[in-house]
Parts: sequence; structure tokens; C-alpha cells
Amino acid sequence: MTHQSPLERLLRGLALVLVVCFFIFPILWIVLMSFQTNETILRSPPSVVFRPTVSNYAAIISGHLDSNVASMGIEFMRNLMNSVILSAGSVALSLVLGVPAAYAFARHKFRGSEDIAFTLLSFRFAPPLLVLLPLTLYFQQIGLADTYLGLIWVYQLICLPLILWIVRGYFEDISPDIEHAYRIAGHSWFSTFCRISLPLAGPGIAAAALLAFIFAWNNFVFALVLASADKQPVTVGALAFVTASGIQYGQIAAAVVLSILPVLALALYAQRYLVEGLSLGAVKG
Amino acid sequence: MKAIRIENLTKTYKGQAVLDGVSLEVPEGGTLALFGASGAGKTVLLRCIAGAVEPDAGRILLGGEDVTGLPPEARGIGMAFQNFALFPHMSAEANIASPLEARRSSRAQILDGVGRVARLLKIDHVLGHHPKALSNGQKQRTALARALVAEPDVLLLDDPLRNVDAKLRFEMRLELPRLLADRGATVIYVTQDYKEAMAIGQSIAVLDEGRIAQIGTPEDIYLRPASIGIARLFGEPVINLLDVIPERDERGVHVRLSDQKLYLAPGYEAAVGRAAVIGLRPEALHFAEHGIPVEIEAETPFNEKTVTLTQTKRGRELFVSRPAGTPAPSEGSARISAAAENAILFDRLTGQRIVPVLHAREAAA
Repeated sequence: MTHQSPLERLLRGLALVLVVCFFIFPILWIVLMSFQTNETILRSPPSVVFRPTVSNYAAIISGHLDSNVASMGIEFMRNLMNSVILSAGSVALSLVLGVPAAYAFARHKFRGSEDIAFTLLSFRFAPPLLVLLPLTLYFQQIGLADTYLGLIWVYQLICLPLILWIVRGYFEDISPDIEHAYRIAGHSWFSTFCRISLPLAGPGIAAAALLAFIFAWNNFVFALVLASADKQPVTVGALAFVTASGIQYGQIAAAVVLSILPVLALALYAQRYLVEGLSLGAVKG
Repeated sequence: MKAIRIENLTKTYKGQAVLDGVSLEVPEGGTLALFGASGAGKTVLLRCIAGAVEPDAGRILLGGEDVTGLPPEARGIGMAFQNFALFPHMSAEANIASPLEARRSSRAQILDGVGRVARLLKIDHVLGHHPKALSNGQKQRTALARALVAEPDVLLLDDPLRNVDAKLRFEMRLELPRLLADRGATVIYVTQDYKEAMAIGQSIAVLDEGRIAQIGTPEDIYLRPASIGIARLFGEPVINLLDVIPERDERGVHVRLSDQKLYLAPGYEAAVGRAAVIGLRPEALHFAEHGIPVEIEAETPFNEKTVTLTQTKRGRELFVSRPAGTPAPSEGSARISAAAENAILFDRLTGQRIVPVLHAREAAA
């Protein structure tokens, strides 16, 4: 560590606090909103002093949305479940398909391998709406519209290129000699892949999976077009809070907090693993 | 134990021949030092034998069995890599144990085998450490232990002392030949250091631009190098090379060095009149009463020997080497004479050694 004067430390701390505030504030505000009624949220000037209420959470979890005009049912918890199923399912499928593919692209330079890898990446360039219209027609004809399977399939457009390209880089960073050494020791190709390549690329796979999960979780337009009410994830489900009698800010805020929680928990869990993995680099160059 | 036999091995990368028809043979239990500059193809050759690289053409036979198409795990080879290639997520013990695990040894056998080789290489106290917690010397020994533990018939060592400090390198250079002899394995040892090659190899193969330039005993390579290039690679300081044209008089074939006649060993009749280069090892030259007049330019102590750089009247530089502490002029003019029997003659155009032809009569005399 370089030596720092007290003033320098103070300024540095101050700068960090400012940056953190800037990024945390919207989340903090949402959390505060989620404990308020629509009336206290909309009063002017806004105030952080209020009597907290859990009515928003209660309404969302029980599925009954009571506004001052009418009462209606919402299925937010079902949306949340759908989000979990769709995101976890598509990340799992992407890992099963993408990790071996990434290994192949990293280790075996075959004719056209770069072209195929780039084509897969280019799925990310295309505007989703461009592929959505023809997909909707196909899916309706082959019966994949409004099924988890169909959605997970389409979500591969988001997850697969991401996982493929990130994990490929991690595989390329593993010295081939380490794999050769394990095979010369007498282990089969498959055993080498499982015992050497996968653990060493582990942090990369975790990072890619986490990112893919977040992208899938936040996806809006695929589910909006391809899924009906009972398959919709939270991003689409949140539209239900825009009601004829006004926007239910308190409940939206509570819904947002609930929909952030799984991703946040996952990120915190994966973080330990990421850091552990990053300190593993022990290959002599 | 298995003999290694390489036949006409060829490997091309991007149109560049890295191995160009390499053939060599190591007898059962023998140790071959594979020597060459970096980029000569040593590592590629080793990887072909190990199965990590597939050759374009040629055959590899281990104990008479053609293994050319076999995957690495089916060849029964032990290999130590130059960069150690330890498994970073496993302890030293698990690293060393991996060849035994692959052979489905029992837990007790694995512990016993690892313990034995670790004690032998003096790393038994760090078996629980991960590679990043090991010093370079310990990493090198761990890699060596991993190669040795399953007692393979064929052992490939790719410059294992390259990345360790000088002291350890010196120790291992003394230790390794005994260790390898005890094991009884057939060994190919790759190195860029001619001293290491001469200390460890029972025979030395010199690889140059993908071809075997010479195979022979260390003595052969040093005293009878096949070409100027090889002569320059072995020996420190580098061999003295002087352009000469051998002549003949009533006493025999000789070359003229600064108007002094240096009579060559018998057998060089064919070289008379040809443009040649004479190679004189620095230790084949010594200061004397009579001989080639030179000016002394510099003197450098070289551990156990002292090397003097001298210049002849025609401006050609000669290194003279002598045991440290022996008296010699250290400045001004001096004369040197050469031990003619140790002179090596090369063809100036091809760079190849001119082999003396001994007729039966002369050989008997």
C-alpha cells in the first residue's frame, strides 16, 4: 500500500460515499416507497418521515389488490415463480449447451469455427422485435407459443451467446499443458474436462451464468409477445399495477423489491465463489 | 522399460516445418539429452511422443509398439513440463497422486507411492500445499514427482530446470542422473544448456531447425562436432574458428597460423588445398615459448578457469583457457601453441566437419 495522508483518505472516502449514494439512492427510494401508501408517496413535498406499512407486501403476496376505487386480483407471486423458472431454466440449458461449445471453440480450431462462434454472438446484435414476429408465427404453428419450453428456447438468444463467449475466454486462459499433463497422467479426455477444465473455468462459468441470469430475468419483450398471463415473468406482470384507477406506486415498489431479491441473493452467493476463483491463478507464465 | 524409436517424424505449423523427418532411437533404460536452441523443435518433438501433438507423418514406437495414433493416456508415459503444468486447484499431494489415481490404485497404494517419491525429492513437508504456495524449486520437484510416481517406462523431461534458480539447478544436475538411473526408465531430457545436456545425457541429440544435426555421446559431440554450428553451441568460451587452407610438406598436412605451421593429426590428406575452417577449443591452446605471436587483450576469470582473449598479428581473436591460478602472461606480447590432435577441421563452404580418413597403415603406426 502506498502511504496516504489523512486528508487524502478523507477525500477518497467522501468520493466513495458519493458514488455509492448515487447508485444506491434509487434502490433505497424504492425500498422506502414499498413501505408507504400511495397517498404518502404522492404528497408534496416528499418526505422520508412516514408510518411504515406492510400493506403493499401483504397485497402482493395474498394476490388482492385493493385500491380506493375497486378490488382486483393480481398474480404477482405467480409471475415471480415464472421468472425463476424461465431464468433458471434458460441459464441451465445455456450452460449445458454453451460450456461444451465454448470448450470446443477454445481448444479446437476447426474450419469455420470462428464464423460459427461469431454467428452465435451476432444473435445479440439483432433487435429482438426483428426475430419476434416470425417466431410468434412459427411457435403458434408448432405449439410452442405460451409454453415454458418455447420461452426458454427463445431465451437462449440472450443467454447462450453470453455464456459461450465469456466461458470461452476462460477456457482459453487455461494453459493447454495442464490438460495435457492430466491426460499424460493417464486420464481420459472426458475426465480431464470434468476434473481440470471445468473447475479451472469455474469462476468464469459462475460469472457468465450470473450475468445470463440477470439478463434473462430482466427480459421484457420476448415474454410480452410470446407468453400469456399464466407464463408471464415479473417484468411483464408489473404492467398489471398500471390500473384504470391509477398507478399503484406503493405496490409497484414492493413488487420491484421482491423481484430484485432473488437476483441479489444469487449475486451475493456467487460473489464468494467468484472471489475465491479469481485468487486461484497459480499457473506460472 | 521400453526403448524409444522415432521414425521420420514430421510436423508442420502454418507451412513451416517444425519437425522435418526426425529419426532417433533411445535404448531401454538409456538417457538421451535433446539439445537445441529455442525454436529448434525440441518441445514439439516431446509433445509428439507424449501424444499432446499429432505429427503429420512418421512413426513413434515405444518398446516396439507403434503408439503414433494412440491418445496420451494410453501411452504410459511420465512427463515433466517446462512450465511445470501443475493443477492449480489441487494440493501437491493430489497433483502427484493423479497418475496413480488414473491407474485405479487403492488409497493405501496411492499414499505409499506419493510418500515415497516425495521423500526422495524432499517435498514431503509441503504435500498439503497448493501450487501457488510452493516455491519454484518445490513446484519443479512436484512436477518431477508427478512424472516419476507411477514408475513409467518412458520419461520425458522438458527442460525441467529452466525455471529454477541457479543453486537448485546445479544440485539437480548432480542428482538427476542418479535418480533417473535408479528408476531404470528410458528418458528423453530436453535442455537448452549444453552443460546440462552433457551432465545428464548418455547420448546427446542436437536438434537444429527441426532436423537432427548430430547424435552421439557427449564426448563425440564435444570433440567431433558434425558442423561448425554444433561446435559453437558446445563449450564456453566459444570455440576458436579460423579460416585456413591446409597444405602439405614432407612432415605432413599442416595449416598456417600467423606463419607458424600447425601440423594436424594424420588423416587429413583429402583436405589439402580446400577452403577450410580450423576449430581450436580454448583449452587446446596454451601459452608457450614458441608458437603463434599474439597480443593479449583481456583476461577474464571463469570460476575454475581463466580465459585470456588474445589477438594475432592479422587481427584474428583467439580465446585461451587455462586452469585458474596457473601462471601466464597477463599483458603485452606472448606466444601460444596449439595441441594439434584436438584441432577440428571444417569445410568452409558447407560448414560440415572434415572427417580424417585413417588408412590401415597409418592407423597401425
